This record gives sequence, C-alpha cells and structure tokens, in this order.
Amino acid sequence: MIAPLTATMSRRGAVLLALLSAALLAAPWVVNDYLLTVLIIILYFAYAGQAWNIMMGFAGQLSLGHAIYLGLGGYVAATLFTRFGIGPWLGLLAAIPVATACGAIIGFLAFRFRVAGVYFVILTIAFAEFARIGFDNWSFVSASSGLFLPVRQYAHNDLWRLRGDPAMFYYVIFGATAAIFALCHVLLKSRIGYFWLAIREDEVAARAAGIDTFRYKMIAVMVSAAVTSFAGVFYAFFYNNLFPEQVFSIARSVEIILGPIIGGIGTLFGPILGAFVLTGLAEALNAAMAACSLDLPGAKQVFYGICLLIVIVALPDGVWPPLARLLGVSRSKT
Amino acid sequence: MPFDLYLNVAIGGVLTGLVYGLMALGLSVIFGVVRVVNFAHGEMMTIAMFLAVVLCTGLHLDPLILLVPIAAVMFAFGYVLQRGLINLFVTRPEHTQFLLLVALAIVITNTLLIIFGPDARSVQTAYGFESFQFGPVLVDAAKVYAGLAAIAFAAGLFVFFRFTLVGKAIRACADNHTGALVVGLDVKRLYALTFGLGAACVGAAGTMLTLIIDTTPTLGPSYTLLAFVIVITGGLGSMPGALLGGVLIGLTEALAGLMFTPSVKSMFAFAILVLVLLFRPQGILGKRLA
Repeated sequence: MIAPLTATMSRRGAVLLALLSAALLAAPWVVNDYLLTVLIIILYFAYAGQAWNIMMGFAGQLSLGHAIYLGLGGYVAATLFTRFGIGPWLGLLAAIPVATACGAIIGFLAFRFRVAGVYFVILTIAFAEFARIGFDNWSFVSASSGLFLPVRQYAHNDLWRLRGDPAMFYYVIFGATAAIFALCHVLLKSRIGYFWLAIREDEVAARAAGIDTFRYKMIAVMVSAAVTSFAGVFYAFFYNNLFPEQVFSIARSVEIILGPIIGGIGTLFGPILGAFVLTGLAEALNAAMAACSLDLPGAKQVFYGICLLIVIVALPDGVWPPLARLLGVSRSKT
Repeated sequence: MPFDLYLNVAIGGVLTGLVYGLMALGLSVIFGVVRVVNFAHGEMMTIAMFLAVVLCTGLHLDPLILLVPIAAVMFAFGYVLQRGLINLFVTRPEHTQFLLLVALAIVITNTLLIIFGPDARSVQTAYGFESFQFGPVLVDAAKVYAGLAAIAFAAGLFVFFRFTLVGKAIRACADNHTGALVVGLDVKRLYALTFGLGAACVGAAGTMLTLIIDTTPTLGPSYTLLAFVIVITGGLGSMPGALLGGVLIGLTEALAGLMFTPSVKSMFAFAILVLVLLFRPQGILGKRLA
C-alpha cells in the first residue's frame, strides 16, 4: 500500500503527509484530554468527509443524505451490541452490508430511472428523512427515546469491544482516517478513479467514450456508503447514544460535507484540512463564548453556515488547492 | 360516523394543502425563471412565520391583515438576496448553487434559534376555536380563511404572470434567456423580481400557516423538503401543478395522520415523491424537462 502511495505523490506532498502522521501519532502523549477529544472529532469529520467525497468529489454525485449510512451503521452495531452482546468489529461486518445495500437501492433507483441533478439530491434527502421517521417510530431500537450503550469504568482498554479511554478511540479513528486516505488515493489512481472523474466532468462524454456510467456510479455510491457506515459505528461507541432525531437529521448530513467543501471537493487533503479548520475554529468559538459566559445554542451552526458561504463565494474550489500551490505540493490542479 | 370523521380530516387536509401549495408555488416560480433551486425555501418561510407571530402577539394584529405586509417584506428580502448574492451564482455549477442556499438555510435557522429560542409559539385569534358546520362536516374557521387566502394570493400571481407586461417579460426570460437579453429586457432585475415574488409566496404562506401549526425555528428543513416534494409531484415549473401537488400532499398527510400516527405522516409524502420520481419524473402536470 505504501509503495504505490509514495510513488504517485509529489515529494513535498509525501513529506507533508509523513510530518502530519507523525504529529498525529504523537499527539496523545502531548495534549490534554480536552484537546484529544477535539482531535478525535476532527479525525471523525475528516473520515466521514473523505467517505462522502468518494461519491461527490470523485464521481460527481451530490448526496445530501449521507446521514442515512451513518445512522444505519451506528444502529446496526449498537443494536447488536446492546441486544446480543456482539462487539463493534463483528457489528461492523453487519453494518457494512446493510449500508451498502441501502446505497445500492438508492443508487439503483436514481441511476436506473435517470434521476439526476436536483432530483437526485432530493431523493437522497428523502431517504434519510424516511429513515429518521422510521427509526423514530420503531420500538425495537427504542424509537424516539434513543438507544444507549452501557457506560462503565474499565480497568483497561478493551479494543475488541471499543470500551476505553479517549486515547484508544483516538488511535482507532486515526487508523481509519489513514486507511481511507490510502484507499481514496489508490482508487483515484486506478481505472475506476479515472472513470469516476470522467463521469464527474462530463457524463455524456464518458458514456460516449464507452464507460458503463451506471455501473461506475453504482460502485461510487456503494463504496461511499460502506465506508461511511464505519463512521456511524464509531460515533455510536464514542458517544454511547443514538437518537434518530440526531443521527439521521439533515443537519448531520450537512455537517459531514462541510469539511470536504471547505477543504476542497475531490481532493485527498481537502476533507482533512477542512475538518481541522472547521472544528478548530468552532472549538475556538466555543471557548470564546464560554469566556464571555454566553450560551447561544445555534451559534456554532451560524458560524458553520457563514464559513460555508464565504468559501463558496470566495474560494469555490476550497482552501486546499490554493494552499497546495502555495506550498508547492500539488503537481496539477487536482 | 367514521365516514364523517374522514371527511372532516380530508377537508382540513385539503385546506392546509392549499397553503402548502402556495409555499411550493414560490419554489416553482423561482426555479421556472431563475433556474436556481431554493434550498432555503422552508427557512425563508420560518422567517415569515416569526414575523407573523411577533407582530400578532406584539401589536395584536390578525394574521389575515398581516398577510400582505409580510408578503411585501419577504418580497424585498428575496429581491435583495437575488440581486446581491444569488445572481453571482446563476452561471456557476449546479452543486455550488445548492450549497450556497444550504449555507443560507443553516444561517437562517440558527439565527432564528438564537433570537427566539427553541420553544414553539402560536398566535391567538378571535376565530381560533370557531368552526363552520356544513351538515355533518365541521371545518376549522382558521383553516378555511387560510385556504381561501392562499387561493386568492395564487390567483393574483397567476393574473400577474398572464396579463401584466412585467409578468410577460418574466415569462419571456424563462422561455429564452438569450432572447430576452436580445430584445433589451433587464434580466437581472426581472430575476430579482421573480425571486422576490417567490419569497412573497412564502411570506403569505408562512403567515397563513401560523393559524394552523405552531412556529419553531427548526421547522425550516422539513418544509423545504415538503416544498420540493410538492413541486416535484405537481411538476417543477408548473403553477397549477404546485397547488395541485400541495392539495395532494396535504390530503395524504391528513389521512395518514388519522389512520396511523401523526408522526409518520411525512413518510407517505416521501413515498409519493419516490413514486413520482420513478414513474412520472416530470410531475403530474409538468412538461418533460430537457
């Protein structure tokens, strides 16, 4: 995995990546628990953003309903854990097929019946809302009163059952973020990746060039759904609670796409950079408001919205492409 | 007896549906002319709802009197928004437009949340508990007024587009953007007017809706989605289609709320959406989009 990774990346890019990885690996020894939690949230958003980016950034299919894959992943693993005592890693083996199947259904309906543009966006939102209302009324998963995972003090970290201190969660999400980065890099340099980019740039031309666009769009949705479900499993075990109102909400779908949009849609570093910028600034805002003893629920979201507005108006390609040129990391415009 | 009950609920649903239809009409008009999909539609409506609630409780004015002033305020809001911000994006890729309006939606919802807090608010009217009786059928007076006002407003808009010079000019922009430029129409101003008119529909619909439901800042996203479901069902860009879609969805929601539980009523609206998308993507009254 590492050899092809470095072979196709610019030298400076590789150095930057190595420095970033080293800093992140060392972080738990340096920072306090609060900062570590912030880093976990950042990496969680980087992971989820990267997962969404496969569908939108690579294949050009805008989903505003990715919360459905998060929610399904979280609910499958959490239900297996609380009802049958099955651990999260085995739960993930169940969550991935469920989320992938859901992605396949949405993708099949959309692409088979030529639902595109705004209609496709609405379809993805509608499915997520459908799931939200469905789970809100499904008593097997405790409906609207929410699903809770047992919280106990553990003498030592139990990686197999994902019960333990923040440092353990940190390394789990760090590993996942590194893995999805590598996966995206490999995908982007593979045949599939080039087909995706062709579809993103001009679908009619791609089809004329002989690309089976239906098939490759399906692959994009299914891969994106599958990897997103892990973010849901992680969310469930990190926060220990799941409410349909929260996990399936449109706000959640929008939250995970902010990072890649602000960082740069379709880039590998974009989702990571976006997550750092956005979560970092949001935490700074929280701290500033706490210092002024202000309590404004919604202030963070207003801030997110304004960030999004500024980036869309001023930097339509996101922050990463110009930054990459500045650092001399990028080889081309992508 | 059960039949009477169903009839009562169905009529209530149709009247509410007319208000939904007026809201969706705004979305349809904006899309039909400016070709921008307003992802902040429901959020704009919550602004109008809060205006109505504040003016109603503060100045003891009836929402029916506030209808036109609030529509005018929202018209100005829409005009300025299109002129100042959205116009920059008319030629940008579709997804950038969506995200711009999603960002705007987030800002609106949460600003309202900061100003008004999360609690539900309602308006008190003299006729709040009155109802009309037609034989066995009992209909809330508020819903009747809301439904009639929605029809009147939609009719006014229809007349405007059909018979006035400005209305014709706007339709010319919708039919042929380049042609409109060639004959010397001020397309930017007409776009801004159109967005304003769409926002005015939302203003009127939001004012009427305060008679029917409680107002909270977080209503926005679900009403944006509802407006989409309605216009897609009726036919995006078709004015009668939006009203028809609104009535259909209002009726479906009311009956689903009666037969199952009110919390699942939106699922039926989504089911209709999916069926329409798959089998008649141009909507019931829509023309096939190129």
